[in-house]
Amino acid sequence: MEKPLTQKIRTDGEVVDVAAYEQAGGYQALRKAVKLAPKEIMETVKQSNLRGRGGAGFPTGMKWSFVPMGADAPRPKYIVCNGDEMEPGTFKDRLLLEGDPHELIEGMILAAFAIEAEVGYVFLRGEYKLAGERVGRAIQEAQQRGYLGKNILGSERSLEMHVHMSAGRYMCGEETGLLNALEGKRGNPRAKPPFPQVSGLWGKPTIVQNVETLCNLPHIVQNGPEWFKGLSKTADGGTKIYGASGKVKRPGLWELPLGTTVREILEEHAGGMKDGVKFRGLLPGGASTDFLVAEHLDVKMDFAEVQKAGSRMGTGTMIVLDDQTCPVGMVWNLERFFAQESCGWCTPCWSGLNWAARMLEALEEGRGDPGHLDKLAYITRFVAPGNTYCALAPGAAEPLQSGLKYFREDFERHITEKRCPWRH
Amino acid sequence: MATIYVDNKPYEVKPGQSLLSACLGLGLNLPYFCWHPALGSVGACRQCAIKQFKDENDTRGRLVMACMTPVAEKVRISIEDKEAVDFRAGVIEGLMQSHPHDCPVCDEGGECHLQDMTVMTGHIYRQYEYTKRTFHNQYLGPFVNHEMNRCIQCYRCVRYYREYAGESDLNSFLMRNQVFFGRSQDGVLQSEFAGNLVEICPTGVFTDKTLKQHYTRKWDLQMAPSICVHCGLGCNTTAGERYGTVRRIVNRYNGDVNGYFLCDRGRFGYEFVNRKERIRQPLQRKNGSLEAISAEQAQEHLKSLVATGNKVIGIGSPRASLEANFALRTAVGAVRFFSGVSEADARLASLILDVLRKGPARTPSLTDMEMADAVLVLGEDVMNVAPRAALALRQSTRQAPMEIARKKGIADWQDDAVREAVQEEKGPLYIATPNATRLDGIAKETFRAAPDDIARLGFAVANAIDPAAPAPPGLPSAVADLAARIAQTLKGAQRPLVVCGAGCRSEAVIQAAANVAAALAKSNQGVALSFAAPECNTMGLAMMGGAPLEAAFQAVRDGNADTVIVLENDLYRRADSKPVDEFLKGAKHVVALDYLPNSTTGQAELILPAGSFAEADGTFVNSEGRAQRFFQVFLPQDPILESWRWLRAAGQGDSAAWKNLDNVLDAMAQSLPAFKRVPEAAPESGFRISGAKVPREPHRYSGRTAMLANISVSEPKPPEDQDSPLSFTMEGNPNEPPSALIPFFWAPGWNSIQSTNKFQSEIAGPLKGGNPGVRLIEPAAGSAPSYFTAAPEGFHAKHGEWLTVPLYHIFGSEELSNWAPAVRELAPGPYAALSPEEAAALGVIEGQIIQIAANGSQFQLPLKVAKELPKGVVGLPVGLPDFRGPLMPAWVSISRAI
Repeated sequence: MEKPLTQKIRTDGEVVDVAAYEQAGGYQALRKAVKLAPKEIMETVKQSNLRGRGGAGFPTGMKWSFVPMGADAPRPKYIVCNGDEMEPGTFKDRLLLEGDPHELIEGMILAAFAIEAEVGYVFLRGEYKLAGERVGRAIQEAQQRGYLGKNILGSERSLEMHVHMSAGRYMCGEETGLLNALEGKRGNPRAKPPFPQVSGLWGKPTIVQNVETLCNLPHIVQNGPEWFKGLSKTADGGTKIYGASGKVKRPGLWELPLGTTVREILEEHAGGMKDGVKFRGLLPGGASTDFLVAEHLDVKMDFAEVQKAGSRMGTGTMIVLDDQTCPVGMVWNLERFFAQESCGWCTPCWSGLNWAARMLEALEEGRGDPGHLDKLAYITRFVAPGNTYCALAPGAAEPLQSGLKYFREDFERHITEKRCPWRH
Repeated sequence: MATIYVDNKPYEVKPGQSLLSACLGLGLNLPYFCWHPALGSVGACRQCAIKQFKDENDTRGRLVMACMTPVAEKVRISIEDKEAVDFRAGVIEGLMQSHPHDCPVCDEGGECHLQDMTVMTGHIYRQYEYTKRTFHNQYLGPFVNHEMNRCIQCYRCVRYYREYAGESDLNSFLMRNQVFFGRSQDGVLQSEFAGNLVEICPTGVFTDKTLKQHYTRKWDLQMAPSICVHCGLGCNTTAGERYGTVRRIVNRYNGDVNGYFLCDRGRFGYEFVNRKERIRQPLQRKNGSLEAISAEQAQEHLKSLVATGNKVIGIGSPRASLEANFALRTAVGAVRFFSGVSEADARLASLILDVLRKGPARTPSLTDMEMADAVLVLGEDVMNVAPRAALALRQSTRQAPMEIARKKGIADWQDDAVREAVQEEKGPLYIATPNATRLDGIAKETFRAAPDDIARLGFAVANAIDPAAPAPPGLPSAVADLAARIAQTLKGAQRPLVVCGAGCRSEAVIQAAANVAAALAKSNQGVALSFAAPECNTMGLAMMGGAPLEAAFQAVRDGNADTVIVLENDLYRRADSKPVDEFLKGAKHVVALDYLPNSTTGQAELILPAGSFAEADGTFVNSEGRAQRFFQVFLPQDPILESWRWLRAAGQGDSAAWKNLDNVLDAMAQSLPAFKRVPEAAPESGFRISGAKVPREPHRYSGRTAMLANISVSEPKPPEDQDSPLSFTMEGNPNEPPSALIPFFWAPGWNSIQSTNKFQSEIAGPLKGGNPGVRLIEPAAGSAPSYFTAAPEGFHAKHGEWLTVPLYHIFGSEELSNWAPAVRELAPGPYAALSPEEAAALGVIEGQIIQIAANGSQFQLPLKVAKELPKGVVGLPVGLPDFRGPLMPAWVSISRAI
């Protein structure tokens, strides 16, 4: 089984430096790409069916195609790597950033070539200090070898690259919030349209791309779209770094073919539930995805199939709920997080999530009343997509609405027993 | 026009706007918070949600925000759709989560947009059962009160303050349901336009602190359309009164003048009207002391002074109405009427008037100024002389870069997206002034020089635009290069604007500005030329004419005059003390009409209590040349009268027969052709709507039968207003008065100032029936541009002598607002400003006292080091309450005080 993204990553936790990266075939894609026209790179990526790995799954090639090209296009253009990774339960980008930063840098250079960007930013979650150091060092190494800077590998193309450590807000992981934060503004999201491809960082054409997405690019350019599609078990190309956390035997990350089933991830790779606890459900792709339960274990983890099951693949890193943990408490924990991370811009989000979190707190503390469940359900509709300014609150509603659906009895017990049955 | 369907009814609306703006323009009720007609759309509050349908077969539709959705042909929307209605109620419920519901003790109550919108959406029962978030409030200075617990996080305050007004000390902090809008620490808000927060805030977070001193609900105010008296821009205001005191000023929308915003001097300067020092009784000086006399005695005395063969002259005033000045002119005769300003000021004003009359450039309205796409400011400290114009110039710098956003397909009203696309890009604004100005931060280039060098720059710009314009001799190449850059920018603009004024006290600067405008006009009909006028009727007085003060001094000296009537004018602010002293002491009789005591009334034998803007009707001509009417807000209890009413008694001619303001206006229009159209500025007193007057009081005005019950239980007969179609009660017809007569903005369900929407023919467009005011000055048609030829020599610093340049202060330089405690609090103390090099050469440091000798007078002043002031000049503040410096320009000597 091929694991292009993680194959070079060392097991001792040390970083793959530029020599090791080159030795393993690194920067060969770049050498190939300096001879390609931007359009050719874009076309290759389009054909590979690569979809964004940050959660929304937008086709990467199509995203690039909205960038104004040619001599009249506004300059400079920007390529921004979204390494904010603040989604609860998600730690896949950290592995790539800390383990093999040159793969990311090469990917960013390729993306920059495709859209003719001159400047790149790696925007990292504030806590990812080690990643920041390692990516920073890797940028220096790449500069010394002529992969970055002016006239890359003797070509006409240039790209400068910087690391920016986030001041630390969930909202900064949303691409337009990220751009505002990068500009030194409040990390509030922006209205779309205009999309960042047209009016992004400092008003210039910008592509914001997740770490894992970018890391796929050297392999696609090097091996071609057909190879990439062949890695996958579904229509969307490539492998995916899946993960699991919660009371499973071996929490961790695994690079697997896209479309591996939930059951395989949970039972084979994560080793199943710890002894003494039973599986109750999971959030398949981070905190802002709907619960899946036992009946969904054979669902393939890809964009389309998980959606059919009523959730989203999201980041592909699941949080597993067991029978010894209170689902209401878990949802409360999540909603409290989302309420706290609301930027405070649009009313449904800042007011609705606060209200939901306060009600869940009341339920957990035995102060719930039957009306609360309807009100909670109402709030999940109140913050529906389109009603809010960005996707934060609709995402926050997902574990709540599915929690109310699959764990209704547990919610009701909190009300009738006036306590949390899991707490003593 | 585009056809849109709202709840299945077709409407014709203007494209290029949001659906919210279109719906409000149609008079439909759609609630909103974060949107503001001057600020555009950002989609934060989600209050204006509506249903949008794909076509007539689509029955499901989807919720969209009306403010974020453009008008398009055949767009189908529903306001009444149940899902939309429910969602909007949910938004209000959310907004109200932490709102303290303290309406009874909140200053905003009764004119609160949040109240109005809450009622409109039908949210009545509070379900949120948890503790509310609370904040600490801040001290924000003497104008604006802060009560953050009421905040609903609509972000209008910071958007207005930071993005529109361009100041950065108010910000949003924290996040989630706990965003704090305030400063990083307590302190006076830095913006000169902070007072607009009071109207921008849809609820009671930011309220008028001066109103708090004498609080009255909006519905209990007696209000009238007024004109600001604190500079020459003529911003339209609404003044409100109760129990004989003016309680507050709010903005009165005029699409051609101030739009939605006032400056803080204009909003908070009103308190001079309420001062206990007001002259409320006629006073006669007998044996050196003043005695109160009755109005009849005063009239008789005035009449006798005029009738007994005394040689009477009248001194007019640029802060008195046209009517008052005209009444004085009529009383004493045209040749014995003096303009009340110094010869220097009069010459500058008449030069400005000549330039504007001759053309070819047109004087712009403030709205035109906002739309300018390239601006040259020549000599004028706009922020401190004509503050509201500085806010307009700030908007003008957005015009040229707007193209960046348009190219990306972003609509002008998509505020955040536009600002994101435009970033820090600013349209060209060049500022040439003696000292740093508060607009420098957005200027493309600034130029610091003495007035003559500023004039030379202007001459050079004109010459670079049109070689036929005279070039200044011997210009340094750096200045010539700058002139070339300015010329190129102005020439390339579609709507270039030159801003100047009398601020430098230099004819050459005005001539230079005229040359630049004339040169531009050769190839561009759209060029505008604006001269800032320092006082509310500077322009009107200049148009009326009259010899300057020095001529009046001469008349007394020569024995051609022995009786002086001074109208609303403190001559000591116009001329050096010595000649004024001689003049007033030399005259046998001095009569002064004014509102407040000053050095001139201190010399008068007869003092007549004149009505301020709040107690009188009248007309001012603003710097645009627009005649605008202000109306009496209330009838004073004391024998205070409009100056023209006092003076008509003194007249020997027609004026004695004047019954009301219409008679004065008609007489003036007949005898002075320049004022022929002034009567059109507002409907005459006989105007009625369905036979009824327009009420000054809202229909909810309370206490009418009780407010004077401590004096008499019988309700007095309401006073008649002979001068205007406004009534002094709540009776009358409040429906759609002509724009000049709107006593206050109110509409059913719209108690706040947001009700302005209901009075406009389109949102942010003209008021229904046209904006009030009549333009009196249009450039002569087809006039060929002619140039002033006398470019001055370059300024040479003299050894041991300094040229004074006047420095202005929004708070401190204007006479009347200095009586308002809040304004006075922010006025600087006296000082003299020198460049750092010259301060060092004199061996003095900031704050140290220096001695200035001018024309026989000595002044001891603390030094202020002004980094950008050119060498060879000393800056002196103008008009401060505690300091009267030498008349400027003057050459002075400076030494360290011992």
